[in-house]
Amino acid sequence: MEFPVSDTFQLDGKPVVFETGQTVMQAALAAGHYIPHLCYHPEFKPHGSCKLCTVKVNGRTAASCTMPAEAGLEVESDIDELNALRRTLVQMLFAEGNHFCPSCEKSGNCVLQALGYDLEVHSAGFRHQFPDRPLDASHPDILLDFNRCILCELCVNASAEVDGKHVFALAGRGNSKHLIVNAESGLLKDTNIALTDKAMSVCPVGVIIKKGVGFSTPIGERRYDQRPISQQALDDAPRPPSGEAHD
Amino acid sequence: MTDKKKLRIATTSLAGCFGCHMSVLDIDERLFPLLELVEFDRSPLTDIKHCGPCDIGLVEGGICNAENVHVLREFRKNCKVLIAIGACAINGGLPAQRNHLDLSSCLTEVYLTEPGLVHGHIPNDPELPLPLDKVHPLHEVVKIDYFIPGCPPSADAIWKFLTDLIAGKTPELGHGLIKYD
Repeated sequence: MEFPVSDTFQLDGKPVVFETGQTVMQAALAAGHYIPHLCYHPEFKPHGSCKLCTVKVNGRTAASCTMPAEAGLEVESDIDELNALRRTLVQMLFAEGNHFCPSCEKSGNCVLQALGYDLEVHSAGFRHQFPDRPLDASHPDILLDFNRCILCELCVNASAEVDGKHVFALAGRGNSKHLIVNAESGLLKDTNIALTDKAMSVCPVGVIIKKGVGFSTPIGERRYDQRPISQQALDDAPRPPSGEAHD
Repeated sequence: MTDKKKLRIATTSLAGCFGCHMSVLDIDERLFPLLELVEFDRSPLTDIKHCGPCDIGLVEGGICNAENVHVLREFRKNCKVLIAIGACAINGGLPAQRNHLDLSSCLTEVYLTEPGLVHGHIPNDPELPLPLDKVHPLHEVVKIDYFIPGCPPSADAIWKFLTDLIAGKTPELGHGLIKYD
C-alpha cells in the first residue's frame, strides 16, 4: 500500500501536516485547527460560496475549503481582519433573510446562529430586508421554511449526489435566487423526498424541518448550547485513519 | 467609593413585551450592588415619564408606531450610550412578523373580519399612536451603540454586559451568554 505524500504548511504560525489532495480546510480540521465555515460540509465537494472560511494565503485571500494545501504555504486565519470580515458576512446573511431565532425550531442546532455566537455578533446591523417568502407545508412529514434559506446548496448536493433524486435546486439569479423543489406544482408533497434522505439532515439553518419533532429537545440543551461551534466542528471533521474512532 | 457620582440609567419598552425588563429584574440580589453604582431616570421601574440627561439608555422592543419613534429619539438625545436590548429591538422580533403583510389587511383581519368579533371596528381614537407601515429595528431609526441579543437576554447576560460597560470595558458576552433565542 502506498502512503499519501505528507508535508506541512503554516496555519497562524503553527505547522499543519497535510496529505496530497487535501484542501487547507480539510488538513486544518483533521489536525484539530478550526477555521470558521458555513457552506463547507466534510462529506461534500466544497462549494466555496459563503466565504466564511476565507483565509490569507501568502498574503492573498482565498476560500480555505477550496484552496489545495501545498507545502510551505503561510496561511493566516484567526486574525482580527478576517474575523471582522466573517462577522460582516454573518450579519449580511441575517439581514437578508427572515431569521427570527426565538420562533425557530432549529435554534440551538443552527450553524448560522452558532457562528454568530462564536464571532460575538450582537446585531445584524444593516437594514433588514424582511423578504416575503411563503412556507411550503404541503408535505405531511416535512416543512420547508424558505425564510431562513442561505442558498448554501447543501440540500441540492445531498439530494443529487447521495439520494440520487434531485429534489432541490436553486433558481433565479442575484437577489432573486431562491430554493425550488422538483415538482410541477412547486410543492414538496409532489416530490419523491423521504425522511431518510441525506437532504433531510444537511441544512445548516432551519429550512428543511421534520414535522412532529419541534422542541422535543428543549432550547438550552441543544448542540451549540452545549459547546461553541469552534469546538463542535473539530469533532465533526473526518480524522485520518490512524486517529481516534469517529462516528 | 461612596462619593463617586452614580451613573444615570433610563429604560423603556417600545414594541416589546416587557420580557427584557423582567430579565433585568431577574438579576435579583445583584440589584443591590447595581444600585450602588447607578440610579434610574425614566423607566417603568420609576414611573418617570420623560428622560433627562443620562449615561446609559436601555431600549427594549422595536419601532412599530409613531410614538415609539418619539420616545426613541428622546432617549438618543439624552443618553450618552444607547443600548438595544433583546431580539425585537435588534431585528424587529415577533412584531416584525407582520412586515410581509399589508398593514390595512392586518387591521381588517384583527378588528373586522376575525371570526367571533361582534361590532368590531378599527380603533381610531386620536390619542392612539398611528402604526407604522413596517416594524423596524432601533438601529434603522437612531444610532445604537451596543446590542444585547436574546429573547430575552438572560439576567446573567445583562449583568455581564452592564458591569463590563460600567467598568469601562468593551462588553463581551461569550459562549452561554450570547443567545439569539
